Amino acid sequence: MKLDSMYQEIILDHYRNPLHRGLRDPFDAEVHHVNPTCGDEVTLRVKVSDGVVEDVSYESEGCSISQASASVMSDLVIGKKVDEALELEREFLALMQSRGTAEGNEDVLEDAVAFAGVSKYPARVKCALLSWMAWKDATAKAVDPAAAAAPTPGLAAPSLTPAAGAGAGPALDVPEQEKP
Amino acid sequence: MTLTESLIAGGTPGATGFDVEQVRKDFPILARTVHDDLPLVYLDSAATSQKPLAVLDAERAYYELHNANVHRGIHVLAEEATGLYEATRDKVAAFIGATDRREVVFTKNSTEALNLVAYAMSNAETTGGEAERFRLGPGDEIVVTEMEHHSNLVPWQMLARRTGATLRWIGLTDDGRLNLDNLDAVITDRAKVVSMVHQSNILGTVNPVARIVARAREVGALTVLDGSQSVPHMPIDVAELGVDFLAFTGHKMCAPTGVGVLWGRYELLEVMPPFLGGGEMIEIVTMEGSTYAAPPHRFEAGTPMISQVVGLGAAVDYLTALGMPAIAAHEHAVTAYALDALATVPGTRIIGPPTGTDRGGAISFVLHDDAGRAIHPHDVGQLLDERGIAVRVGHHCARPVCLRFGVPATTRASFHLYTTTGEVDALVEGLHGVRRFFSR
Repeated sequence: MKLDSMYQEIILDHYRNPLHRGLRDPFDAEVHHVNPTCGDEVTLRVKVSDGVVEDVSYESEGCSISQASASVMSDLVIGKKVDEALELEREFLALMQSRGTAEGNEDVLEDAVAFAGVSKYPARVKCALLSWMAWKDATAKAVDPAAAAAPTPGLAAPSLTPAAGAGAGPALDVPEQEKP
Repeated sequence: MTLTESLIAGGTPGATGFDVEQVRKDFPILARTVHDDLPLVYLDSAATSQKPLAVLDAERAYYELHNANVHRGIHVLAEEATGLYEATRDKVAAFIGATDRREVVFTKNSTEALNLVAYAMSNAETTGGEAERFRLGPGDEIVVTEMEHHSNLVPWQMLARRTGATLRWIGLTDDGRLNLDNLDAVITDRAKVVSMVHQSNILGTVNPVARIVARAREVGALTVLDGSQSVPHMPIDVAELGVDFLAFTGHKMCAPTGVGVLWGRYELLEVMPPFLGGGEMIEIVTMEGSTYAAPPHRFEAGTPMISQVVGLGAAVDYLTALGMPAIAAHEHAVTAYALDALATVPGTRIIGPPTGTDRGGAISFVLHDDAGRAIHPHDVGQLLDERGIAVRVGHHCARPVCLRFGVPATTRASFHLYTTTGEVDALVEGLHGVRRFFSR
């Protein structure tokens, strides 16, 4: 089945047994991101110490791709320097925008290369990116508390979900994918 | 006995002369294949319907032979184009039982039709006393239901914000119907407008319009009905419904995208302030100010969607020739068949009425794997697509309904006049496949 390229066993494993799930204290920033087209939601917390991502914790609802991606992402960035983790995010974003033309560098992205097949399905790319965008947003707020207080310019209105908490964040703002 | 039940009681759909296989031949897209040779199983008609050849031909003929702007030229093409455009107004009026063609206003879609009423109401603030009925402010109430499409919810939230009025809503029961137990407490004499969906796009529920309209009238509130999912699927008579306004869209009833309709009682349209200003909607214009044209033109500012209106006329002709009672009976039979068939798939939870009574052919559900864990609709839809089956997944622009039923999203299969029970069988087989995939 062609779909096996998207539903890699490694993705289904993370989906069934997600890592680092659950909201934990302490944290420096919390955000709530949604994918308005499909109803996927994630609340995510970040703890940064001495320029290192000490913890990422989250609660999320969504499809197997978005759930597995949150698990893979958190496992990948925890313990990394913020700069390194941000570089991983750029690498993963590029993979997701490759429309199936890139395989991804497994030495760098580890389990996240399993999402390469998702990039062939434009409607699902946002699912894979949801938690990464939430993490990036939360991390920006964690390392620069001033940014956390100020509204993020140019982004959609905050979610109205009561669970959004103190750090209610903007809706997922990913460049629109063209339809195939 | 409901309308559709009484139609069924007359015999099987076949007895009406309705032949679904013959109907399918009118829709070229239904013959295409997807993903290398798989037949297309299109179960997403609540999102948009497919278009019969007659509609495509009408639009093409309009551009090939008659294209001109309407209501302004005196040359032959302009007169032909205006004639075709206005002929659709007559057809639509007849289709919904309106006795006065001036009550039919062309809009972009249902969303614009509903916004038109909502904005007219706040524009009434700066209009003369004749628009008194449309005015509202702090202390007044706007009533909707919890099962509205966002297009019949957000415009009213915005109106409430603009005017200081309060938004209230009729809640839902666990089987996806309106909870009318406290209707008199929700619709009080503070209500200025009651706007509700006729058939829910997510639950499939067909609402008891008469009961709610009766209460709204008792308190003197205007009534607005969102017919986006009912007008394409059942016989509609505005006089029988008793509402003041009816909004619907062409693209769900075999017409092109880009055209919708607001029907309104003439005595109300006559005193209703305009929404969009511009050409075509005016009477006399000076630099200091303007007076407005009579309805329907007061509400049709700018060059309209002419070819789409022509296409809508062809769609109305097409549906009328087949007969809306026959179409409703066919869809009712397919819906009842599908509800029974879905009940055979383990782990399927229907979100909406579990039986075919007072419900249409949009069936939302949540599928669970062998371990009882919900399989996200995105995953369900992706695996069904792999089999050539098109369904909608997500919150269907009715997020409050998902919140009400505690689900992030649903999978929705929706039917139309060309849907077959064989397609329902393919869906059921596909769902078994999805469960196997996620239970492994």
